[in-house]
Amino acid sequence: MLGRKRSSSRRTHDPCAAALIEAIGAEKVQVDSAHRALASRDASIYSGGSAGPLCFPTSTADVQACVRVAAEHGRAIVPRGAGTGLAGGTVPLGEPVVISTTRMNRIVEIDTDNRVAWVEPGVVNLDLTRQLAPLGFHFAPDPSSQQVCTIGGNVANNSGGPHCLADGVTTSHVLAIEVVLSDGQVVMLGGLEADSPGYDLRGCFVGSEGLMGIATRVAVRLTPDRPAVRTLLLAFDEVRDCAAVVGAVIAEGIVPAALEMMDKNTVVAVEAFVGAGYPTDAAAVLLVEVDGLDAGVSAHAARIAEIGRAGGATSVREAADDEERALLWKGRKTAFGAIARIKPDYYLHDTVVPRGALPDMLETIHDIVERHDLMVLNVFHAGDGNLHPILAFDGREPGVYDRVHDAGDEIVKASLAVGGTLSGEHGIGVEKRDYMTLLFSAADLDHQNRLRQAFDPFCRANPGKVLPSGHSCADIQALTAAPKSVWV
Amino acid sequence: MSGAATFIEAFADEVGAEGPVAVGGGRTRWSVGGALDADARVLRAPVGIVDYQPEEMTVRVGAGTAVSDLHGVLAERRQRSALPERPGGTVGGALMVGESSRYRLGRGHVRDALLQAVYVGAEGQTVKAGGPTVKNVSGFDLCRALVGSLGTLGLVAEVILRTQPIADASEWRRADGVEPWSLPVRLATASAVLFDGTTTWVHLEGHPGDVASDAASIENEGFVRTDGPPEMPAHRWSLTPAALAGLDHDSENPYVAEVGVGTVHRTQAQPAPSLDPMALELNRRIKAQFDPTGRLNPGRLPF
Repeated sequence: MLGRKRSSSRRTHDPCAAALIEAIGAEKVQVDSAHRALASRDASIYSGGSAGPLCFPTSTADVQACVRVAAEHGRAIVPRGAGTGLAGGTVPLGEPVVISTTRMNRIVEIDTDNRVAWVEPGVVNLDLTRQLAPLGFHFAPDPSSQQVCTIGGNVANNSGGPHCLADGVTTSHVLAIEVVLSDGQVVMLGGLEADSPGYDLRGCFVGSEGLMGIATRVAVRLTPDRPAVRTLLLAFDEVRDCAAVVGAVIAEGIVPAALEMMDKNTVVAVEAFVGAGYPTDAAAVLLVEVDGLDAGVSAHAARIAEIGRAGGATSVREAADDEERALLWKGRKTAFGAIARIKPDYYLHDTVVPRGALPDMLETIHDIVERHDLMVLNVFHAGDGNLHPILAFDGREPGVYDRVHDAGDEIVKASLAVGGTLSGEHGIGVEKRDYMTLLFSAADLDHQNRLRQAFDPFCRANPGKVLPSGHSCADIQALTAAPKSVWV
Repeated sequence: MSGAATFIEAFADEVGAEGPVAVGGGRTRWSVGGALDADARVLRAPVGIVDYQPEEMTVRVGAGTAVSDLHGVLAERRQRSALPERPGGTVGGALMVGESSRYRLGRGHVRDALLQAVYVGAEGQTVKAGGPTVKNVSGFDLCRALVGSLGTLGLVAEVILRTQPIADASEWRRADGVEPWSLPVRLATASAVLFDGTTTWVHLEGHPGDVASDAASIENEGFVRTDGPPEMPAHRWSLTPAALAGLDHDSENPYVAEVGVGTVHRTQAQPAPSLDPMALELNRRIKAQFDPTGRLNPGRLPF
């Protein structure tokens, strides 16, 4: 469809691309194959994408212009942040107009009286928290990718992170969103008032994975930093014991700020990567953080150590200072990067199971992975039962993708069988779309589609995602038929 | 499970697929969003706790259950939900009205309490929104659409709620003539800061040592122990937290404001806020998608 020009060329035979250049300027539109190839993927292994013109708007008006041009040319739109998604949510299907928010990266206003910051969607999560630090606030959602992922992406995926256990995921931290709908109209969803009139449009939009429009400005809640923090590392000889302690802590009525679990494979990889002093001889470790005021933090830290020891912890180490705490967290948050030292490729699901099911579920995962002759690294948000079994592999090995896919499939089904859910924080995208029928009935999916159609009656925004074909807009069925050979 | 399935089926049969129909709870907020059409059949939602998992911090409960009954059971395991307790108020009513409790500052918005809802749609079909786990981003967030919808998108039969631990210590403090605006950030254990223009009430809850240290930190400002919050006027206004500082004394329309939140309880109703025209259009489209014939809670609308 697009002319196969060299990357330096601005010329294009795609009339839509030409109109986009006309509308927002050549410096904000890329049509060459190299840019389009980059925009065709995200951080998942899904490779069935194919991007059309790639736009870099710098204002809401630019986004409106892009959306209107796309509509005039019968092209879909796909919003894109940093591309760190793990479910193919921003992988473009059918050469849509890809709208990158990365140049809309201003922190517009920090309003401590209302405890809110207005940001553009391309602001990087950690950059916001760093800007807020001198004021004594932070943005609570902290995905592992927070050094690069954008607030717009967090809104699209209702992102979580280790510290969402006590504070809640993105939807609890977004007050208002300015959105460009798929017909180019702008609407403000929610507001800074205590409650906005009408249906919770803001809540409907958060987590809608780009299917309800493009966020162009977001009001996020500022969370006050807590004066006292303590971080514990508990080591176990048995994975089962470690998982059981998670449930025991929560059952005690203690909701730590974070409660993360890593198994031996992960600990070994992480320790080689960051040298934080993680115990590489342990079968599993728990990284637990409690925050608040001194008395409660001390009491909870002591009680968690007690529960841990009673539950089989062989050692309990407490971070002595902020530096040690930062090092322990660096280990946790760079785990995915560390895995690259073991195998070049990885694939993971992020199902959630009841906390009480964790000990059995980890054994089930181990059995599944062994049966498919694969390697698994478990590093996950244990406190809310949100698994991240990472299947590490070398994609050059013949037939390995089929085994990875089959093992993933079994992990999903086993999670649902114990009363779990498909995704805790990564989203459905294209990768988990066809599993939705395992979780939801036709009537359930029909109502999800009705909500989407209220926002996007023409099904132009990120078609082919989230809702399985047959439960989505009729006019995009052609797009949803992704080829079977996309597992590359 | 089978008991729950049966009561959901029976409720779906009652709702049926035709004719105007509504659900009545404790009718504590019955006039919010307009008067129900007189010809609507008024049903009761299923009552009872179906499954309580204290260690998962979740509870599955019929929407017609009184919040006070639910909280009575949860309290036996030192837990509660973020739902407000009004005399006779039901779980479904609290969610459909969507008004948070006066402890929202510390305990969160009522919409964050709802994990899963099973409801009956306008065509009589049973629909599930959300999921049973404490974290879930599988599909679009229909639960958020339901909270505050006044039962105009579906009639909720049963929900799964997130529970919270009840703090080991809690107390009210009050003082006159202090500036309350910085208290929500200064006091880590504050779950409510109320202000009527003269008096400030603070509710502290948490570990006993933390509550004591927060209480000590405001003692020199004149805060003393008190029994409870003031009587709240009946109407709710919704402002930004920063706008509370501009509230004027009005003896005809006294107020108690939730500092840090923006909810104001007043004796007179707030003039109807104007919605952004496109937001209004989205509200209308959502209603038309879910209830094309307008049979669910006719006469009432949240916009």
